[in-house]
Amino acid sequence: MSQQVSAAPESKPAPPPERPATAADAEPLRPDGAFMRQVERDTGISIGACYGCKKCSNGCPVTFAMDLHPYQVVRLAQFGLVESLRASSTIWVCASCQTCLTRCPNEVDLPRLMDYLKQTVAQGQVPAAEEKTLVFHRAFLGEVAKRGRVFEGGMMARYLLKTGGAFGPEAMANAKLGLAMFKRGRLKLLPHRTRDRRWLKAVFKAKEAGS
Amino acid sequence: MRQVGYYPGCSLTSTAIDYHESIMGVAELLDIELAEVDDWNCCGATAAHSLDHAAALNLGARNLALAARGPQPVVVPCALCFNRLKTTQHELASDTSGVVAEIAALGGDYAGAHVVELNRFLTSEGIIAEARSKAVASLAGLKPVCYYGCQGQRPPKITGHPAPENPTGIDRLLSALGAEVIDWPYKTDCCGASHSLARADIVHHLVARLYQEALDRGANCIVTGCQMCQANLDLYQQEIAGQMGRAVNLPIFYFTELMGLALGHRQTERWLARHMVDPLPLARSVKTA
Repeated sequence: MSQQVSAAPESKPAPPPERPATAADAEPLRPDGAFMRQVERDTGISIGACYGCKKCSNGCPVTFAMDLHPYQVVRLAQFGLVESLRASSTIWVCASCQTCLTRCPNEVDLPRLMDYLKQTVAQGQVPAAEEKTLVFHRAFLGEVAKRGRVFEGGMMARYLLKTGGAFGPEAMANAKLGLAMFKRGRLKLLPHRTRDRRWLKAVFKAKEAGS
Repeated sequence: MRQVGYYPGCSLTSTAIDYHESIMGVAELLDIELAEVDDWNCCGATAAHSLDHAAALNLGARNLALAARGPQPVVVPCALCFNRLKTTQHELASDTSGVVAEIAALGGDYAGAHVVELNRFLTSEGIIAEARSKAVASLAGLKPVCYYGCQGQRPPKITGHPAPENPTGIDRLLSALGAEVIDWPYKTDCCGASHSLARADIVHHLVARLYQEALDRGANCIVTGCQMCQANLDLYQQEIAGQMGRAVNLPIFYFTELMGLALGHRQTERWLARHMVDPLPLARSVKTA
């Protein structure tokens, strides 16, 4: 018997096949409730009230474009896995349609949680997973900060300059659409603004919203 | 003549000028004077609540304080402006400490503004009855699905909407004016809203579903009360139809334009000529009673 074993090394049991790493191979998860408590303090959103029924995610119209489903956002927030949340595209893909909040049996304000997470990314050093969406929001707010109202022409100019220039294919498609709208009297050439603008500086003092 | 406040919002001064003009026209026919909120500012839209909560709160607070000074209620055509005003009002009811001094100086009567979405204001039983009595044409032949979008209904705790999953105001109005309104399950599904620039693919996917369902149910137009919905459904229709591999050709009306049509406003065709998908052939098929 021993001869047989030594003479046929190729009949040794094969090593276990390579398999993709799973969550079980990673460092054990150590839930940290500090983030959840901080969000609750800052916003009043009761993340801890979620019991995982997933109504938010079943009703969400944009899960097809998300890397985390809405219930997963709440779950990760409960665990304190903030970096995964900040790196996700979901927080930018959320359209704030309010379906999740409307249907949540515990009134967990998911759209507001998405906003809170977007704000921590916008104010921090981590790049946004959906950079163009962030640029769009900044272009829009830049118009508001300057005039108190939004001038589409100025907003588009800001947006295009920060996303591949004014002559890329996307910009050309937008220019074609813009011309068609202009012909129909739907684009103004001159910006409009609020008469009183003293308040704008106080409201936008903390940030260079247009940058 | 009855006077009410009016908060147009930024898009109704330019890209949705057709909506604004039709609102003015219909108000005139209904003897309603719309008093624009003096020196109103942008509501901040998705950008402000996404990136800067303090700015969103203050933009809303200033609008509310100004709106409270004029006639009530204050009607708001844009669903997002409406939602931002109501959300801010809700937040300010419990805490006004975030309002900057320059805006607090306006008097701080944030609860004094009675904010109502235009499509709910114009679809009260009284106004429907009045519109019906003043109609000079029937909308027979029009087979619309009514599309309400998101922000006017949700969340009901903020909007006060009695039927957030199945609003019926525009359906009832258009039925009263003779249209053959078609029921459908996508009344309050999202169009993708402000994703149209940075993530057009999301808007195209959502809007394609709406076209598909509207066509499958035999609709020949879609009627909305939200200018973001109108834009997303009207501006890219040819492109999205190409992706779907299906002829769409669905005019996207504002409900106020159809009121103008039924009530015989002389400028109705001027409003409609501003659309991308030409609604004039269908509109001209409406017969004078």
